[in-house]
Amino acid sequence: MDGVHDLGGRQGFGPVVHSTDAAVFHEEWEKRINALYGVAVRAGLFNMDEYRHAIERMEPRHYMSAGYYERTLTSLATLCVEKGVLSLSDLEQRAGGRFPLALPLGAGRSNAADAHTFRIGDRVQVRLEHVVGHVRAPGYIRGKTGVVVHISPAYPFPDAHAHGVPSHDEPTYDVRFHSAELWPEAADNAFVHVGVFQSYLIPAP
Amino acid sequence: MTPHTPAIASLPQRADAIEAALQAHGLDAKAGIELGVHNAEDVWLPERGARVVAKAWVDDAFRQRLLANGKAAVAELGIDLPPHHRHLVVLENTASVHNVICCTLCSCTAFTVIGLPPDWYKDLNYRARIVRESRSVLHEMGLDLPNEMELRVWDTTADTRYMVLPQRPAHTQGWSEAQLAAIVSKDAMIGVTRL
Repeated sequence: MDGVHDLGGRQGFGPVVHSTDAAVFHEEWEKRINALYGVAVRAGLFNMDEYRHAIERMEPRHYMSAGYYERTLTSLATLCVEKGVLSLSDLEQRAGGRFPLALPLGAGRSNAADAHTFRIGDRVQVRLEHVVGHVRAPGYIRGKTGVVVHISPAYPFPDAHAHGVPSHDEPTYDVRFHSAELWPEAADNAFVHVGVFQSYLIPAP
Repeated sequence: MTPHTPAIASLPQRADAIEAALQAHGLDAKAGIELGVHNAEDVWLPERGARVVAKAWVDDAFRQRLLANGKAAVAELGIDLPPHHRHLVVLENTASVHNVICCTLCSCTAFTVIGLPPDWYKDLNYRARIVRESRSVLHEMGLDLPNEMELRVWDTTADTRYMVLPQRPAHTQGWSEAQLAAIVSKDAMIGVTRL
């Protein structure tokens, strides 16, 4: 989904506010929410792809203004309500106010029917496709060409796993792109590596 | 009469509500929170990754195992990754290559090894800019890389996790593993600084 979460390469953002003793948590509730979503995953209430996609499904203004742990909180609540574990009315009654959730889940998809296998050193191209549901190919590599530098063991296919669609695990390839391929004459000189699922790739022409 | 729309509950109120609701549902939220906070504050610390780096600096066979299979090598030091992190790729900095990690789509990290991500790593500015304005962002963060140094950015888009193996500083010859570990920071294992 071409959501506002897909930030890589977006322009207009300001300096990174860096400090060498940067905090992980700023408020006490953040620690509890970070732990609670782990409890829910371990209890099998939802998987990591459902968790990430529920964050992406947050209303864009809510997503952009929320801090990291508000996004965690919203995803956790959304999935518990969608799966019938909790009810929104109960949550709002307990919270004493409105409890904004993410927007509804769209359609997922299974692995590519014509998936290719690659080896280290192969030149690959990211399929030029627009997916309505969860997808882990950032927009900035769509249609771009790179070289396979690592192969990871098989993982659940996120586009299916976030939507309860049957699928099989598939390898991910660390693909090296030159920044000039991604943003011609408009990026600093670097190699950018992205972990790309097999279904997103075709052999480079 | 216009129906009254209640205000959005505060974040602590929302957090309290979901904790209580999950507890009422039968999940042991309190025990889970106790364990999770303990892990975040006492276990998943950058000192773990620093031990890995220091050992790699003094033990070349370990370094090679670490570069070949990060997850198996850190397990030798008693460091585990969550089940869904099936692969740890260790990226070695040298005199001519620098690596930096990020996650543009969310904020994924090898948090059980290098510690939970700092606030700026999760911020929209870092996520948007580090892949495209890489050298400029590093410069702003205090790291000036020579033009001839190859820069490799790693975007954590799958469940493979990455950590940077910093280059050992020349002035540390003869130091013990504990002395070496003490100079390895979370920032160095993310790759926004060199030691």
